[in-house]
Amino acid sequence: MSEQILNVQNLTVSFGNNTVIENLSFSVNKNDVVAIVGPNGAGKSVLFRALLQFVPYTGKIEWTKKLKVSYIPQKFNVDRDFPITVKEFLRLKSNNHKDILLALESVGLKNKQDEQHHIEHHLLNERMGWLSGGQLQRVLIAWAILDNPDVLLFDEPTAGIDVGGEETIYNLLKKLNDERAMTILLISHDLNIVYKYANTVLCVNKQKICFGRPNDVLDPQALVKLYGGEAAFYAHEHKN
Amino acid sequence: MNDLYLQLAVAALIGIGAGYLGSFMVLKRMSLVGDALSHVALPGIALALIWNLNPFFGAFTALFLATVGVWILERKTELPSETLVGIFFTLSLAVGLLLTPEPELLEALFGDVSSVNSSDLFITVIAVATIIITTSLISRGLIMGILSKDMAKSMNISVNKTNLIFMILISLVVALGLKVAGTLLMGSLVIIPAAAAKNVSTSISRYVFIAASFGALASIGGMLATGFLPIPPGPSIVLAGGIIFLATLALTPRQ
Repeated sequence: MSEQILNVQNLTVSFGNNTVIENLSFSVNKNDVVAIVGPNGAGKSVLFRALLQFVPYTGKIEWTKKLKVSYIPQKFNVDRDFPITVKEFLRLKSNNHKDILLALESVGLKNKQDEQHHIEHHLLNERMGWLSGGQLQRVLIAWAILDNPDVLLFDEPTAGIDVGGEETIYNLLKKLNDERAMTILLISHDLNIVYKYANTVLCVNKQKICFGRPNDVLDPQALVKLYGGEAAFYAHEHKN
Repeated sequence: MNDLYLQLAVAALIGIGAGYLGSFMVLKRMSLVGDALSHVALPGIALALIWNLNPFFGAFTALFLATVGVWILERKTELPSETLVGIFFTLSLAVGLLLTPEPELLEALFGDVSSVNSSDLFITVIAVATIIITTSLISRGLIMGILSKDMAKSMNISVNKTNLIFMILISLVVALGLKVAGTLLMGSLVIIPAAAAKNVSTSISRYVFIAASFGALASIGGMLATGFLPIPPGPSIVLAGGIIFLATLALTPRQ
């Protein structure tokens, strides 16, 4: 039995009269890969924001003390004309050039045999806004792992990436989980990904629908409960 | 110190400060904030003139109060800040126009760097140094806050506090710039050098440096042009900035 690092009890998040998360309880163990799935508007991103203490909530969120948590939000847009290079962006987090190169290696943006010259000119001094979707996502992951976090919260790792690229990003996250013993919580739409990469799944649609090992808990009933109610959910959303 | 050198020094320093701070304002999409804010300075200038104080202090006090006021109101009310700014700032302009003694009105509206004295130079040196040092201290938070507020927060950066400090620095630079360009033209001193620098930079460090340099260049160029042409320095400096901007358009890098 591995060590528990996050314990959430009766978490409720409301904005005005609108309850977004209701009475949610679950726990995360060290080295888990937890996939959070649910329809649009189910409160998945809000759950992350609550875990990071960005939004007010009731209930209990207990992280193990002195845990370093890194977060990659769903929305990260750099305008094409925003003058910032990859190097400058990574330096906002760490000034250690060695760590930067190591992180780039971890996310597959630098091969061991790459010359210093090559990496300087073709990646580090490249403008952030000119990177492809896949490259940008890897740079964001490099940014997130720069200070060796214990936990990575990743909201929709493959938003805006083509199908071929998706697989590589997930392989990469799995690799980080193995090599750096990083606990990963990710939000995903894609159930195939969940079966393949996650050892734990949390299905939410405002409330907890299922929680456990994907093969045990993702049964047809849970899926109907999770996604079947979507139409009704939308009908309510426009009340105010 | 010779009068012309004194004027050049004051104008160049203000150009540097405005270009430097302006580079962050443009990234934050706050280009027009300087323009709107400068109106608030007018009642402050008027009161300073009536009470025989240096107009800079009157302007800065008015700007400081307005900035902090908007920052607080934004949090306490549901009104969007652009509405607040719109109401607050035009009212100030109206009050300022009524209060400003007529002989000084033209200078307050358009600025007049030829009237500077050595105490102005002293104030300018201190203020520009404050702007540059403080901005570089908060630049990490500023940039992270622009890229992603949530990522900034996850790095334990206080985005609100960073923004308040930044707004106070904007008041300071606007109060300074009034001497050169006046209430009506001040906004251009922060926007134009930064916009021109953005055209020719791929990295932040270069961008910020070039914006400050363009600010100085526009000020010096504009001031020198008044030696040959029968035009006042304020509009001349703004036009010099415009010429720099047009020149950089041709040099914009494309991927």
